[in-house]
Amino acid sequence: MTHKLVDAIAGMCESEALQIAADMLEAGEDPEEILALCRDAMSIVGDLFEKKEYFLPELVLAGKMLSQIAELVKPMVRSESSAEDGKAGTVVIGTVQGDIHDLGKNMVIFMLEVNGFKVHDLGVDVPVQSFVEAIDEVNPDVLGLSGFLTVSFDALKKTVEGIKRAGIRDQVKIMIGGGMVDEHIRAYAAADAYGSDAMAAVSLVKKWIGKD
Amino acid sequence: MDSTPEQMYQKRAQRIDDAVRLEVPDRVPFFLFSGYLPCRYVGMPLQEAHYDSDKYFAACKKLTVDLAPDIYFNAGSPVKTAGAALDALDMKQIRWPGHGIPPDSPFQFNEAEYVKADELDALLDDISDYTVRSYLPRVYGALESLSLIPPLSWLLMGYITTGLVSAVTIPGVLDALEALIAAGREAANWATKEAKLDQELAELGFPVLAGSGTFAPLDFVGVIRGSQGMMLDMYRQPDKLIALTEKLLPMTINTALALAEMSGNPRVFMAINRGGDGLMSLDHFETFYWPGFKKVVLALVDAELTPVIHFQGNWDTRLEYFTEFPRGKTIGLFDRTDLFKAKAILGDTMCLCGNMPLTLLRTGSADEIRDYARKLIEVVGKDGGFIMSSNTVLDDADPARVKLWIDTTREYDVYR
Repeated sequence: MTHKLVDAIAGMCESEALQIAADMLEAGEDPEEILALCRDAMSIVGDLFEKKEYFLPELVLAGKMLSQIAELVKPMVRSESSAEDGKAGTVVIGTVQGDIHDLGKNMVIFMLEVNGFKVHDLGVDVPVQSFVEAIDEVNPDVLGLSGFLTVSFDALKKTVEGIKRAGIRDQVKIMIGGGMVDEHIRAYAAADAYGSDAMAAVSLVKKWIGKD
Repeated sequence: MDSTPEQMYQKRAQRIDDAVRLEVPDRVPFFLFSGYLPCRYVGMPLQEAHYDSDKYFAACKKLTVDLAPDIYFNAGSPVKTAGAALDALDMKQIRWPGHGIPPDSPFQFNEAEYVKADELDALLDDISDYTVRSYLPRVYGALESLSLIPPLSWLLMGYITTGLVSAVTIPGVLDALEALIAAGREAANWATKEAKLDQELAELGFPVLAGSGTFAPLDFVGVIRGSQGMMLDMYRQPDKLIALTEKLLPMTINTALALAEMSGNPRVFMAINRGGDGLMSLDHFETFYWPGFKKVVLALVDAELTPVIHFQGNWDTRLEYFTEFPRGKTIGLFDRTDLFKAKAILGDTMCLCGNMPLTLLRTGSADEIRDYARKLIEVVGKDGGFIMSSNTVLDDADPARVKLWIDTTREYDVYR
């Protein structure tokens, strides 16, 4: 039987979930335990998304519930990041220069995080140099480039070229996605793979890191 | 080649009309869904399209005349109005080339909650007052001071409340009005030139796609509430979300009717996006998206207009719903939906269009482009009701590949 907090979050019952979390804190329950339950719930949401029972609105609402509960328990947890975070691998992600779309990228981040990956989000309209610097600093296993617009075909290509020029192309696997991206654009940009949805991104990262 | 431009115009228009009626035209009609392609064609940065209207409209004209499509896309689609008008108003809702994005990037919507979650009651209660005093100040930096004026409806008391016009002396309000005047002049100048372009192209024998445009009500909500705000409303305040779509419905219909009458063009362009596959469950689609969308389409058809619906993204799981549209009255311009599947389900309902992948027109080989075009003609074009076009605007297509695709369509014509 699952915990009622898990059921409330996974069942999209926001006010109930927040109330249960507040009651648990009040009753002196371990804040780490509450966060662990949230992670369980997120993993169920991720599964339902994968099964096409949940869609973008559910990911958005689940994310809101998680951040509100995290805010609630924050004063009482010892460290910000949990031991669980990032154990599976690290991904740097961002929308390429000239493009400010982020819905698709955020779905990918959600799904990577519920699958245990640590994600560094560089945001939107990210210059090539910022990707290069992030690879140096974070040393990710995988780089995810998002581009919704057709003008982003060139930005994707330039970003991969910039990484190659910086001499760090071999350090990361590069996956691209968004809007119209397909095998033609993968080849054009010289990325390692493309994904047509958030689940594809998770599969690629798992495959590359050897967790599959 | 003895046809006059006027005869060519009639022939092209007839081709489109035949396809809309699901009949077999004299040959497969071609719609050039151009977007910013005129700029790429003549080698001008996108920023210039927004700031040098003469140069931009000349590029639009050149592209249309050179490629000679059966129907061309409105110049005002990528460039809604003069960049100078946007500058005068300090428009916040989009970024345009050179303004918040690189000079050669296409304009993009700035997702935000322009209507806040706790403002739906105010909006539902008095949409005009909310628009003037809450929405405009948020969307246009230069109109911020409009939040300080009293509700315009107070002037309804006529001579008793005439003194309220003193509100124009509130600091900033005169500046806002001056910004409106400056922007209005720029916008009018732009619109006049666009109308002139369409007139010139008509005289050269080319019909334009649409004379008006509108939204599905929930897409409209997505624009003003932001996609995320709209999605949260589905769970947090579903009744108000439905009330809002119903409130916006008459506006989505009436603006299209008025603009269609002004332009004399029966085709109404609708880009729809937020109700597609992956973006919401079928339950949510049925509850929030489909009822309003269907009402708009039926109202336009009732008024003898032809909705040209650009189904952005993928709508594979929704196709059966659209069989409820009246037969031979709409054009479905499809993006990533499986058009071959759409032919099987909607072939007897709507004229099918689109789907030629932009990625092929950007990077594909000549064989790949020819093969895909032929397959579209053979399968989707079978028995008529088909217009050849791309899955999305050709912003970054390669003009040489576009030319090859057009030539293929003309040469390989199953109707011959």
